Amino acid sequence: MIVGDLGFEVDGLIKRFGRTTAVDGVSLAAPHGQVLGLLGPNGAGKTTVIRVLATLLHPDAGQVRVAGIDVRQDPARVRRRIALSGQHTSVDDELSGRSNLVMIGRLLDLGRPDARRRAGELLSRFGLDDAADRPVATYSGGMRRRLDLAASLVGRPEVVFLDEPSVGLDPGKRDELWQMIRGLAQDGVTVLLTTQYLEEADALADAITVINHGRVIASGTPADLKREVGGHTIVLRPSDLSDLDPAAAIVARVAGREPDRSRRQELIVPVAGDAEFFEITAQLRGHGIDVSELAFRLPSLDEVFLSLTGAPTADAKDAV
Amino acid sequence: MTTSLSDTRSLSETARPSRFGILRHSVVLAQRSLAKTSRNPGPIMNGIITPALFMVLFLYLFGRPVAGTTAEYLQYLFPGILVMGAGLAGMISTGSAINLDLKNGVTDRFRSLPISRTAPLLGSVLADILRYLIAVAVLFGIGALLGFRIQGSALAALGAAGLAIMFGFCLSWLMVFIGVLVKSADAVLSFSFIAFLPLQLGSSLAAPIDTLPGWLHAWADINPVTHVMNACRALLNGTPDNGSIGLTLLWSAILFVVFCPLAVRAYGRQE
Repeated sequence: MIVGDLGFEVDGLIKRFGRTTAVDGVSLAAPHGQVLGLLGPNGAGKTTVIRVLATLLHPDAGQVRVAGIDVRQDPARVRRRIALSGQHTSVDDELSGRSNLVMIGRLLDLGRPDARRRAGELLSRFGLDDAADRPVATYSGGMRRRLDLAASLVGRPEVVFLDEPSVGLDPGKRDELWQMIRGLAQDGVTVLLTTQYLEEADALADAITVINHGRVIASGTPADLKREVGGHTIVLRPSDLSDLDPAAAIVARVAGREPDRSRRQELIVPVAGDAEFFEITAQLRGHGIDVSELAFRLPSLDEVFLSLTGAPTADAKDAV
Repeated sequence: MTTSLSDTRSLSETARPSRFGILRHSVVLAQRSLAKTSRNPGPIMNGIITPALFMVLFLYLFGRPVAGTTAEYLQYLFPGILVMGAGLAGMISTGSAINLDLKNGVTDRFRSLPISRTAPLLGSVLADILRYLIAVAVLFGIGALLGFRIQGSALAALGAAGLAIMFGFCLSWLMVFIGVLVKSADAVLSFSFIAFLPLQLGSSLAAPIDTLPGWLHAWADINPVTHVMNACRALLNGTPDNGSIGLTLLWSAILFVVFCPLAVRAYGRQE
């Protein structure tokens, strides 16, 4: 059996719905056992990409290969290697957690004993032993998510597609889920994860592809991305508020642009490199301005996203 | 300590699907549908209680005026109620169940599994057949309690039950088709309710269609449900069927041949 080096590979994917082009030439790939985060705002085309990869939609143009298999030529074989966990938890409320998993096992041609054994393994692994025989209707949101993830793993897929897996989970439950997604990658499963949350992509993904309006606008490791978008950021807070204006003048002169003063008492300015940082420090000292806080850091992913798309992220909007 | 999730090749890669995969998968999915019914028996109860209520009400409302005695009228009424029961069992369950699965992402999961794309549809319809059998058996029981007596042969009575179920099955493909097309489960339900009244009641259910006024007579005459009811009536009462059995078979075939492929196509279509 020939297995490519890539878990999945999308090259120049185009997908139209009527006159709308939902995905307009997207390319992305992940090596075996890696987690790729597909990041973008609502309506960016993330779900369409995942649905094409999961053989639910035909691509209009472009190459799409999963586990080395072309999704157009042999979708049935692709389906033997993948699992999809959609935005909705697609488990049956009326059935117990165990019955849900056994059913999937039997649809995957496991005999009844094998399907039961596999269901038992997954229920333990996902901490659902106690609730295994209760109807899913009685589960909490976090438990449903875990069961849904378990259901997608019954067939030991090589590639798993997770469409916004943590939607609607509170932070504690979300961390639990993240732990489980990391566990997948450790077992050598390739994961494509869509998310609107930069924090989630940063926490889980080996590499991130950012899309907006159906196009890739950036890709790389989280650190690459941060570097790509305008180097570093200086954050400065004078000890004495009356020094804010002279400090801003120094910063503006050295950095060549006005600092962001939207946070009271703080100046934030992007700079090309550390030369500006040292120059600003020297001039502040020369003018006798004391600082209570002075930071030289890579931009946060929120800032990355803002500068890439010109629109704040869902996170940032919520925070306002 | 923890079980590795991918310690071997994909299970489904090693388990070779047989040629009868679609049947086995459909049976698994039919079991799913039945398990859901047993946990949530509302729809099937509805499918039995509605015709049973119509039977009791019509019997005591119209029995004497129409037929002289309720016993006489029950022999007329019951076969129609049987057809209503079988038709209703399919109308209410399949369409809305398929619709719900499409909406809440269950269908996406099934489609990403290495099973035939028609299996979920087939599974749901297979489960319906069992639901028809239950509905028909319970209605026979209630009918017997009220005093209905089968006057044809046992074989003819089985034939009547078979015809009613077959027609219900063929009609259910129309509902499956609508279930796939329509946006919300509520819309599917209200459609089945609106379709239910003229189809089931605008027929020979309560009285021979010769007694109906012109416009209603015209509708009842072309309504396939009338012919199915007439056919069951003939078989259960041991009277001549006047071609109604043939018409039932014809209508069933038409419904099936038109709506089964339409439903399967709409369901399998990827967007």
